Amino acid sequence: MLIGTVVLAGLALGLCAVLVLTDRLLPAGKDPVTDRIESLLPRIQCAQCGYAGCRPYARAIAAGEADINRCPPGGEETVRQLAELLGREAVALDTTLGSANMNRVARIDEHNCIGCNRCVPVCPVDAIVGVQQTIHAVIAAHCTGCELCLAHCPVDCIDLVARDA
Amino acid sequence: MKFAVAPGPHTAPIASVPLTMRRVLYALTPAALAHVWFFGSGFAINFFVAAVTALVAEAAVLMLRRRPTRVPLRDGSAIVTAALLAFAIPPLTPWWIPAFGAATAIVVAKHMYGGLGRNLFNPAMVGYVVLLVSFPAELTQWIPPRMGDLDYEHLGFLAHLVYSLTGTLPPDFTIDALTRATPLDLVKEGLRSAQTYTEIRAGSLFGGVAGRGWEWINSFIALGGLYLLYTGTIRWHIPIMLLAGLLVPATLLWLIDADSFATPGFHLFSGATLLGAFFIATDPVSAAESDRGRLIYGAGIGLLTYCIRTWGGYPDGMAFSVLLMNSAVPLIDRYTRPRIYGRD
Amino acid sequence: MLEYTPDRRPTGGLRLPAHKEASVAQPIARGFVPRTLILALQQHQGPATTPVVSPGDRVLKGQVVARARALRSAAVHASTSGHVRTIEDRLVPSVHAVHRTRCIVIDTDGKDEPLPPGKGARWPQDPERQLKRIRDGGIVGLGGGVFPTAEKLGAHTPCKALIINGVECEPYISCDDVLMREEAEGIIDGALIMRDILSAPECIVAIERDKPQAIEAILEAGRASGDASLKLADIPTIYPTGGERQLVEMLTGEEVPSTHYPSEIGYICQNVGTAFALHRLVRAGQPLLSRIVTVAGDGVARPQNVDTPIGTPIGELIEFCGGYRGEVDRLILGGSMMGYALPNDEMPITKGGNCIIVAARSEVRQDFSERYCIRCGNCGTACPARLLPQELLRAARSDDHEMLDEFGLTDCIECGCCDVICPSQIPLTEVFRNAKFAHARYQRQHVFSAETQQRYRRHQERQRADARRGKDLQDNLRHEVETDEAARQRAIEAAIKRARQRRSHDADQD
Ligand code: SF4
Ligand code: SF4
Ligand code: SF4
Repeated sequence: MLIGTVVLAGLALGLCAVLVLTDRLLPAGKDPVTDRIESLLPRIQCAQCGYAGCRPYARAIAAGEADINRCPPGGEETVRQLAELLGREAVALDTTLGSANMNRVARIDEHNCIGCNRCVPVCPVDAIVGVQQTIHAVIAAHCTGCELCLAHCPVDCIDLVARDA
Repeated sequence: MKFAVAPGPHTAPIASVPLTMRRVLYALTPAALAHVWFFGSGFAINFFVAAVTALVAEAAVLMLRRRPTRVPLRDGSAIVTAALLAFAIPPLTPWWIPAFGAATAIVVAKHMYGGLGRNLFNPAMVGYVVLLVSFPAELTQWIPPRMGDLDYEHLGFLAHLVYSLTGTLPPDFTIDALTRATPLDLVKEGLRSAQTYTEIRAGSLFGGVAGRGWEWINSFIALGGLYLLYTGTIRWHIPIMLLAGLLVPATLLWLIDADSFATPGFHLFSGATLLGAFFIATDPVSAAESDRGRLIYGAGIGLLTYCIRTWGGYPDGMAFSVLLMNSAVPLIDRYTRPRIYGRD
Repeated sequence: MLEYTPDRRPTGGLRLPAHKEASVAQPIARGFVPRTLILALQQHQGPATTPVVSPGDRVLKGQVVARARALRSAAVHASTSGHVRTIEDRLVPSVHAVHRTRCIVIDTDGKDEPLPPGKGARWPQDPERQLKRIRDGGIVGLGGGVFPTAEKLGAHTPCKALIINGVECEPYISCDDVLMREEAEGIIDGALIMRDILSAPECIVAIERDKPQAIEAILEAGRASGDASLKLADIPTIYPTGGERQLVEMLTGEEVPSTHYPSEIGYICQNVGTAFALHRLVRAGQPLLSRIVTVAGDGVARPQNVDTPIGTPIGELIEFCGGYRGEVDRLILGGSMMGYALPNDEMPITKGGNCIIVAARSEVRQDFSERYCIRCGNCGTACPARLLPQELLRAARSDDHEMLDEFGLTDCIECGCCDVICPSQIPLTEVFRNAKFAHARYQRQHVFSAETQQRYRRHQERQRADARRGKDLQDNLRHEVETDEAARQRAIEAAIKRARQRRSHDADQD
């Protein structure tokens, strides 16, 4: 009886120790949760969630610091998928954050572009091409409609148009 | 002119679950009648109790789960489960045995896994196995078949009913005097106590190839099975492979040593072999999904049954083999997925 | 002509009630001229054609009304004489659904006046010109796929065999059957023309076994042609052996890889109707003006096959067949398996329109209530593509796109077998059709997102690198500036010194 109890308890403790040790010692590798969350996000890097991009936001969700309803381009669908992945209740999308959506792309009005080149570095996906003093253009196939470039144009010549227009 | 549209295909469906279940019940009818003829009305009472319990249990669970009840109750699957259960348990038995078995089958084996189509295990067999391990005494009280023992006096319908409801037998009867071991029991015990197979089967419970009465019931079951095959309700893969899985080792070992192994004919017509091959293992829900998977699945059940009968602790092993192979189904499915047309 | 039975059994499939007796009992009805023609500019798979007539123009039978500008296109002709009423957008049935497209609407004048025979009607020898002639002749696959015939015949992969598809396995459709009975010589001639264009070593005509008269007629015509490369394969009567991929597997044992067309592995499949149309183009100079359409079902007075001018409004065609009879429940374009229901009868017959089923209630599926999948596996057994529809169903209903990929959603040919055989009456095919849209969207989205992520990474890396380089640059500059300072001081000092020296030197000289 006593021997049995001792052996079992010892076994349990020993296994606990092994578990804890493996958890501590083995390299953490990539962060699978963050990866999976990120793969559900639209990954258009619009920063409307208030983080510098999708991955930081994914990290924040994984760490429990951010709610799952902060991605406007992803919309309700993304909230639903995130809720499913994380086993949480789906919450309504926070609509105050922004209105970026993936069905629109930026377009530069050639008549007004002054070639200041300020929009080029702010585009997170390098969808704007052009050099100083020439007309710039948006590669529609690469543009995510994240709206980041809009505020940086001194002459307000960037518009959002429907993706297929 | 305007017309209503509907999605294709427009050809009306050519199969339906209620039809399938109805055919299964038709196919079981001759065997059921034979059962009643050989063993008395116990079967009918048990079937009735099991069917009512199954339907009530199903309705109750569906309501608790807030699911529509009408359609599932009418599909007949609960009745088929009840019928299979009634074939599995002894005819002379208290009413709560079929009731408990049917309730377990429906509530635990079927609905706890998500209802028809989601259950991993064959409900009837789960019900039977739970009964077998919980109430071994009741489940081994088989009565001998008509013609097995000429001095034997069979109970009438009323006496059966009274025993079922109250557990009392007519005066002058004792349960021990009424019950006999089944042929499978006899063979198992006999072989264990160093009798030869020929000696064992000289006993009065044996008929031409297997247990008296049993061989007939099982023949009718085989007939029903052929009807199912003919109507396309079941396909040949599982029954044929199950029988092969059982008969091939049986034949081989019997050829090697005819004294200590039963004949293949005995295996074929005893216990639940044919019922299992045509009616239990072919339950679509808990079987493997592809044809290749079904070959493996069927053969596995046959082989396991033979092993349990010959070397295991139970006289018949059909229920356990079916459940064991049920649990192997996800694995089988995984490795027998058909290669999609045009893909490597 | 050799007749043989392929020794392979088709994968999956179903034996279905044929429902063809009524329409094959009549000979093809000819000479039908509708009051209106609605000629869609896009009746084939490929870019639309460009109209070359304007409203008010008088057009003659056989006159080109819209030209094929692109290679993967086929011209459209006026199928009878009349006046162009208008050119406008209309709903037109295409391969899988009704779509809105530009149409030339013609009021016919009933004179059926043909274009005077033009010059240069001789069939050219040069393959390129032959293909152009086929394109200009408006010939497309008449089996329902409406693939431009010129494009198929111009395939670059060497052709191992030309397969003439007369299987016609779908319920109700009998237009190929009657055509083979009545025009076997023309079909064989067309097939041989195709074989020559492709330089195919062999030409197999495949016909389902339940059409003995068609088989007989084709055999006779084949023997009469005396061509040794012709063969006739009789195919078991199982739906859908007439599908291109299924037929190729059945006849050759080869499977067409998922992502390829049969032509890419050297098998060209052509419908018998297409062969006949080609024969007419080559021998009589007549472009594709009409096609045989089966009008079937219990809801039409006289079920029969009609030689129908392309562009005929379906209502007029039904009128020609005696009009509606009794209560009509559904109007189906195509067979009862792959066909789809039309919202009205004002749409035209296009080049791909092989059959119109005017269905009474009792003929078509009415009950759309479904039960749980009982995993019976019937669907998998019936699936000609060897899919597991029950697994696909689960994946589709839970939006599991990885599983959809794994279980081969895109390999589903939407034949409907699983659907019809399912004892729980689950509308599997409809689920898969919808899932295909969702899946395609998901795939696009997924690919876009993944690329975007890549681009963002590179953007970030570059910015970081830029920042680093920028700092280095500044450091260097400062360093340079600092060292420069000393150097300049020295240089200045040196210059002053030199200046002084010079001055003193000059002073010395003075
Ligand atoms: S809001 Fe923009 S940056 Fe934030 S997760 Fe969504 S797409 Fe990415
Ligand atoms: S045929 Fe229907 S019920 Fe049977 S497995 Fe397929 S989907 Fe499920
Ligand atoms: S519809 Fe698709 S899944 Fe169903 S049988 Fe046809 S090919 Fe297979």
